[in-house]
Amino acid sequence: MTWTTHDYENIPGTYVFDGKHSYGAYPLNKLLFSFNTEECRTEFDADPAAYCDKFGVEGKYKEFVLKKDFLGMLRAGANIYFMAKMAIPRGTSVQDAGAQFQGITTKEFQAKLLAKGDGLVERLAKRGGYWNG
Amino acid sequence: MAKIIGGVTSSHIPAVGNAIANNLTQEPYWKRFFDGYAPAKAWLQEKKPDVVIVVYNDHGLNFFLDKMPTFALGCADTYHNDDEGWALKPVAPFKGDAAFSWHIAESLVEQKFDICTCQEMKVDHGFVNPIRALYGTHDVWPVTTIPLAVNTVQHPVPTAARCLELGKALRTAVESYPADLNVVIFGTGGLSHQLQGERAGLIDVEFDLECMERIANDPEWMTQFSNSEIMRRAGTEGIETIMWLVMRGALQSNVKVVHKHYHAPISNTGAGVLVLENYL
Repeated sequence: MTWTTHDYENIPGTYVFDGKHSYGAYPLNKLLFSFNTEECRTEFDADPAAYCDKFGVEGKYKEFVLKKDFLGMLRAGANIYFMAKMAIPRGTSVQDAGAQFQGITTKEFQAKLLAKGDGLVERLAKRGGYWNG
Repeated sequence: MAKIIGGVTSSHIPAVGNAIANNLTQEPYWKRFFDGYAPAKAWLQEKKPDVVIVVYNDHGLNFFLDKMPTFALGCADTYHNDDEGWALKPVAPFKGDAAFSWHIAESLVEQKFDICTCQEMKVDHGFVNPIRALYGTHDVWPVTTIPLAVNTVQHPVPTAARCLELGKALRTAVESYPADLNVVIFGTGGLSHQLQGERAGLIDVEFDLECMERIANDPEWMTQFSNSEIMRRAGTEGIETIMWLVMRGALQSNVKVVHKHYHAPISNTGAGVLVLENYL
């Protein structure tokens, strides 16, 4: 099997969700998608390993799910939006996950985000035409 | 005949829906973000469009990865929101206009945009949150809506140039509909953000502001970028900004900029509101 390469593959710290990821992690993403339904969430929580088996989620994929290793899941081809369906209701917000990806605390991650808005109103005023700028 | 009176952009992040549902919009963290919507809300109140076409992407509520249309149009009289997995209470159903949708589909295919037609289409936060931010939350929504979904989730996703072209075809489609309807296009999503990987938390304020100004006055500028280039600057989830170009393509080449609002960060994103009006 020969997968074509893409120039987005060298963006650091980034796993662009494309056909290659989607193909390889199809059972995993199908499991994550099932969390749209309350009964499926309950069934998973009762026995995560059995739930993986039901969806054919095996090997490293299963290991990542059972360990809630979100970076591992992402690298293995989980889609971030589908993964959020597993993470958020189980106490890992998207910002918690972002912090985990970088090996920092959520507070540190949030502080880095807030710093992006430093001097915002002045920057908008300089450009002109913005509300409150 | 139907006519497009303008376009509005909005972020559609889940946190916006949570903030509205939990009555946090005047909390210090949210205040500036939501206050900047007031002129856009007032413009919609004044113009009272009959129909809003909402350009958004589904995040795994309606479309799974088994079938992933690049462009999909709701062709139903009702659209339901539903549980997206994090137990948010779904909002009231939205009223559609099937006959208008089918006309748009026919016209788009005629213009070589072979769009997927959907007679059942669940609408997720990508569709719901801009409407809530711009109209408030209602048991009976005050406007008829048509969802137009763009795949920005699984690559290959369409290019910025293609999205701008789709907007131009959408304008032809709307303006050839015989009913006297005033239509506004919502371009949702963006601006820069990346949720995934070690680069999570990326926001590029300068790129966002350049995008807002160019999309208003020189949208062709965006078409020079490949999707890889946009993701490099704006983050993997920032690719959603291409949906603003569908809105922009549906307007006249010169438009009146009624309102321009930018805030960062909100949740993990840079967020922009544009209100663009066609000269009549």
